[in-house]
Parts: sequence; structure tokens; C-alpha cells
Amino acid sequence: MLKNYETVFIATPVLSEAQMKETAAKYLNLIKENNGTVVNDEDWGLKKLAYPIQKKTSGFYHLIEFQAEPAFIDKLETQYRRDERIIRFLTFALDKDAVAYAEKRRANWAAKKNSTEAEKKETNE
Amino acid sequence: MAQRNEDNAGIRYLNPVTVEVKKKKYCRFKKAGIKYIDYKDAEFLKRFLNEQGKILPRRITGTSLKFQKKVAQAVKRARHLALLPYVTDLLK
Repeated sequence: MLKNYETVFIATPVLSEAQMKETAAKYLNLIKENNGTVVNDEDWGLKKLAYPIQKKTSGFYHLIEFQAEPAFIDKLETQYRRDERIIRFLTFALDKDAVAYAEKRRANWAAKKNSTEAEKKETNE
Repeated sequence: MAQRNEDNAGIRYLNPVTVEVKKKKYCRFKKAGIKYIDYKDAEFLKRFLNEQGKILPRRITGTSLKFQKKVAQAVKRARHLALLPYVTDLLK
């Protein structure tokens, strides 16, 4: 029975942009392989941490919202622990209120993204 | 005994003593109909923290028990993800 989950992980800032994309892609594939479906994934990019983790003060944040079998979560978390590029992760089960909130948030996140891209285009022209 | 009461009555105050009108506190979540508190938007959670980053007690924010627990849980998750500091000064 598929349940809704949301996972956020922080990758070390030492990574280059390409490596960061590759780590994110790795986890997306991992979810897809274990017959889970990715509902939404957002890359918050490089953000300053509120307190240093492993002597680093910034990190790449990445959010993945997905549906998967409950048994899959342990596998996902062991992958996180083994992967030394990930310095912090949190997986969270979404109940019905959380799912409703997530849809609303996704709408205005997309709207915000389009507006920022629109601005960029205007500035380029 | 009576004599002293007169002295008390004799005290004149420069301006009338303003009794602080007790503002009826309400739970902002029940009022706004918010059901889920998201641990990801730190800006919203900051309203429930004081300068040092500690969680404000219910008697000050006036939130109901059910939502105070949700706020506390969300703040702790945000702290785990380094979106909010555990302890700091002049957070605002």
C-alpha cells in the first residue's frame, strides 16, 4: 500500500553543481526502482545553515515528495547513512492535512518559479 | 484601626490607576483554520521563538495544547535540518 512521504536532505557544499545533480538523481532513481512514484522534487540550492554541521556552514538542500511502500523507507535511510556526501536527512510521513498543504505549497512554488524565470528573461532582453 | 483607614483613603494618585484590561487570548490556528504546520518554512516558525531561539510557552502565545505540540514538533524538525538554530542571540 503506497503511503505519502517527504524527504529533505542536505549535501556538502564541497560538491560541484554536477555532483549535486547526480546525488539527487541517484535518490530519485532509487525511489523509482522500488516501485515508488516521485510526486514532486525541489532543489533549494546552496543555503546557509543555522549552525555548522561537520564544520561546514552551508549546504545544498533538496526536497523529494514521493509515494512508496513503508518497507522501502529503511532502505532509503541506510542509503543516506552510507552516502558520505549527505550530511543530514529527514524523512517524514505525510497525513491527509499535510498532503493538502503540500499541494497548495507546490502551486505557489511553481507560480513563484515562473515569476522569477519571467523576471530573468526580462532582465536578459 | 479606623484612623489608619482614613489615611489610606486620603492617598491621592496623580493619575487614575489604569487596570490592565485582560486581552482574551485565542489560538491563532483554530481561528485561521490552519490544520498543518509545515516544518520547512522557518519564517512562520520564528514567530513562536524568542530571541534566543527558544520555543515560546502557551501562556504567552495563547495557542491551544494540540497546536502547541505541533509547533514544538515542527520547530524541532526545523532545527534538525538546520533551518532554525538550537540557540542563538538576536534571532529576529
